[in-house]
Amino acid sequence: MAEKMTGAEMVIQALTDQGVEHIFGYPGGAALPIYDAMFQQDFVQHILVRHEQGATHMAEGYARSTGKPGVVLVTSGPGATNAVTGLTDALMDSIPLVCITAQVPTTLIGSDAFQECDTVGITRSCTKYNYLVKRVEDLPRIMHEAFLIATTGRPGPVVIDIPKDVQFAVGEYYKPDSVTLRHQSYRPQVDGDAAAIEAAVDLMLKAERPIFYTGGGVINAGTEASEHLRELAELTGFPVTSTLMGLGAFPASHPQWMGMLGMHGTYEANLAMHDCDVMINIGARFDDRITGRVDAFSPNSRKIHVDIDPSSINKVVRVDVPIVGDCGRVLAEMVRVWRSKTNQPRTEAIAPWWAEIATWRAVNSLGYKNSDTVIKPQYAIERLYEATRKQGKDVFITTEVGQHQMWAAQHFHFDKPNRWMTSGGLGTMGYGLPAAVGVQVAHPDALVIDIAGEASVQMTMQELSTAVQYRLPIKIFILNNERMGMVRQWQDLLHGSRYAHSYSESLPDFVKLAEAYGGKGIRCENPAELDAAIAEMLDYDGPVLFDVIVEKDENCLPMIPSGKPHNEIILPDTANIGSIIDEKGRALV
Amino acid sequence: MNAHLQPTGSAYFITSETQEIERHTLSVLVDNEPGILARVVGLFSARGYNIESLTVSETEHGRRLSRITVVVTATPKVLVQIKLQLERLVPVHKVHDLTAEGASLERELALIKVAGSGDHRAETLRLADAFRAQIVDATVESFVFEVTGKPAKIDSFITLMQPLGLVEVVRTGLAAISRGPQSM
Repeated sequence: MAEKMTGAEMVIQALTDQGVEHIFGYPGGAALPIYDAMFQQDFVQHILVRHEQGATHMAEGYARSTGKPGVVLVTSGPGATNAVTGLTDALMDSIPLVCITAQVPTTLIGSDAFQECDTVGITRSCTKYNYLVKRVEDLPRIMHEAFLIATTGRPGPVVIDIPKDVQFAVGEYYKPDSVTLRHQSYRPQVDGDAAAIEAAVDLMLKAERPIFYTGGGVINAGTEASEHLRELAELTGFPVTSTLMGLGAFPASHPQWMGMLGMHGTYEANLAMHDCDVMINIGARFDDRITGRVDAFSPNSRKIHVDIDPSSINKVVRVDVPIVGDCGRVLAEMVRVWRSKTNQPRTEAIAPWWAEIATWRAVNSLGYKNSDTVIKPQYAIERLYEATRKQGKDVFITTEVGQHQMWAAQHFHFDKPNRWMTSGGLGTMGYGLPAAVGVQVAHPDALVIDIAGEASVQMTMQELSTAVQYRLPIKIFILNNERMGMVRQWQDLLHGSRYAHSYSESLPDFVKLAEAYGGKGIRCENPAELDAAIAEMLDYDGPVLFDVIVEKDENCLPMIPSGKPHNEIILPDTANIGSIIDEKGRALV
Repeated sequence: MNAHLQPTGSAYFITSETQEIERHTLSVLVDNEPGILARVVGLFSARGYNIESLTVSETEHGRRLSRITVVVTATPKVLVQIKLQLERLVPVHKVHDLTAEGASLERELALIKVAGSGDHRAETLRLADAFRAQIVDATVESFVFEVTGKPAKIDSFITLMQPLGLVEVVRTGLAAISRGPQSM
C-alpha cells in the first residue's frame, strides 16, 4: 500500500525496510531534512563521526564483520569529497556500502552553489554504481536497488546523491518488487558452469602438488562458503593458503593451513605456489602483491579460478579452468562432484608434496630474534594474540596499513571468517581505528582491537572521540617505532637508507592524548612488563590507546621484493637488505 | 603456461604485450540514462584503453535503450578485458564484438565543405559524383557534400578534396550492425 511521505522520510523508511539498524554519518545544510526525519524515529540509530572518511571506514568494518551492508550518510560538497577515500577502499576490497550524499537543490545544481560538488561525477569511478535522484518518484526504487547492487554479485559501494528539494518533495513510498527493482541489465552470475566444475575436480583428482589459493571472495560469499572450503580441503587433503583479504576463511589452527602468501607471506606458502602443479584459486584476483613477477608466477601449474566477477578471470594470469560464480555455491558443488567420484583424500599421492612443504616450513620464515631490552613488534603481536585467546570473547582485529599490518597478518591467527578487517587493495592508512568503531557498533560485547602504527593511526585519530561518545570499548594497539616503518624499509631496500620524511620528529604523548579524548592511555616499553600491560588494556571497560614502544628499525620479513619471483623470497636471517634489488627493480612499487 | 608473457621487470606492468594490436568494433546496448556515456568513456580512460571512434544514440525509445558503437584498438587479451569490463557496468545490457563475431556492416556519414572556383570546381563535382556524394548546400564559391560509406571510402574522398579547397569536415563516427537475421 503506497503511503505519502517526503523524500527524507522515504530514505528513513527504506533503511528501516532494509533492516538497517546503524548508520554512520555527519550532518550538514543539504542533509538536514534527512536528519530531521531520522530524529523522529527510533529504528535507525545514527553514529555521529568526526570526519566523513571515518564514517566510510566504520561502515566498512561494520559490513566486513557482519556480512551486512554498511550505510553512510553525509552532506553535500565536502561531506561527499571526504567520503571518497572510503568509497574507493570499499570498491577495491569489494565491501558492500550504501552511501547517501545530500546535494544542493536541483535548481542550484551546476551553479557552483555553496557546498556543491559534482558528487556523481567524482564518485563514478570509485563506486560500483551511483545515482543522482532528480525526482522523488524514483527515490523508493533507487533506495532499494542500491542495496541490491551493493550486496549482490561482487559487492561494492553505491552512492545515492539526493538534492535537498527532493528530500522535501512529497511522493508515494512503495517497496518495489523484484522485477521493477533491479536494472534489467544487472544479472550477476552466481552458479558456476557444471562442466567447468567437473573439469576442475578432474584436474584436482590427478594433482600431485596441489594448493588452494583463497581470497576475500570466500568471506564475501558468507560463512557457509568458509565451511564448504574447509570441507573441500579436508576431503582432498590439499594445503591451503590465503591472501591478506581471505584470512579467517580457513582456520589458522588447521594442519593444512600454510599461512598467508604474497609479498610478506610465508616461505612455505610462496614456494608451494611457485612449485605446484594444480592451483585452485577461490575468490582471489591474482593481485600484484601475490604474483610478484607474473612471467615467473607458478610456471608449471594448471590453474583453476573461481570468481564472481568475470573480468577478474584472465585479467592478470591466464587460467586453464575459469569458473564464474559465487564461491560458496561453487565450493559446495565441488564438494558434491568430488564425493561422487571418490571418498578418499589424495593422501598417498600427495605425500611427497607434503614432505617437501615440511622442509619449507622447517625454515620458520616468520621467526625473529627476540630481545630482553626492547619490545619486538612481532613479539608484541604474539603476546596480544595469546592474551586475547584467554579472554573467552569473540575477537575482531582491524589494522592500519604498513609493517604492523603485515606483522598482524603473520602473527595473529584467525579461525573464523569476518574477524579480520584490513585495507588490502587501496592500502588506506587510517582505516583501522574507524573500522574498529564500526565493528564494535555491530558487536557490542566482542573484543575489538585495532593493531596500529603511530603514523597511520594519526590519520583518523579523531574517531577516538566517536568511540568515547558511544562508549565503544575499542582497544588501539599502537606499535610505535617512530617511523613510517614500511616506507623506511623500502628506503633501506631501494634508496641507500636515505630516510626522506619517513620518521616523525614530533609525536603526541599518546597517553595524554587518550586522556584528553576521555579514554585510557597506557604506555609500555619493557618486554618484561608487556603481558601485564596488555592485561590492563583488556581489563579496562572503555576505549584504550595502548602505546607500545617497539624496536625502531625492524624489517618486515619474509619479503618477495618487487620484480622477483616467489622463490627469490628474502628470509629473516638476511643481514643487509640494501643490496638485494637491482637497478631495474627500483622503479617498482 | 605463461610462456606467451615476456618478462617485464615490473610488479605492475605485468602484461608485456607481445600480441599484435587489432582494431575491433564493439556494439554496446545500454540503458539510456543520465551519465551513461560518461560511465563508458570514464571506463576507457581509467583503464587506459584506446577509443578510435564512438557513436551513441537512442535506438529503442520505448525501452529507453541506446546503442553505443565504439571502435577500439587493443591486443586480443585486452579486447577481452574491455568487453568484460563494459559488461560489468550496471546499465550495460550486452556487448558484442562485431569484428570477432563475423560478418558485419559498417557505415559512416560525413559532411564535407569545399570552396573553390574554375577548374577546381568542375573537378570537385566529378569526384563527388564518383563517390556518390550528395550536394546538400551550394554557393557560387562552395559546396557541402554528404557522403556515406565505409570509413575508408570517406578517408579517400577527403584526401582527394584536400588540394581542391577542402575547408572543413564533420563525421558521425561509425554505425555498425551484424549481417543476417539475428539481433544482438
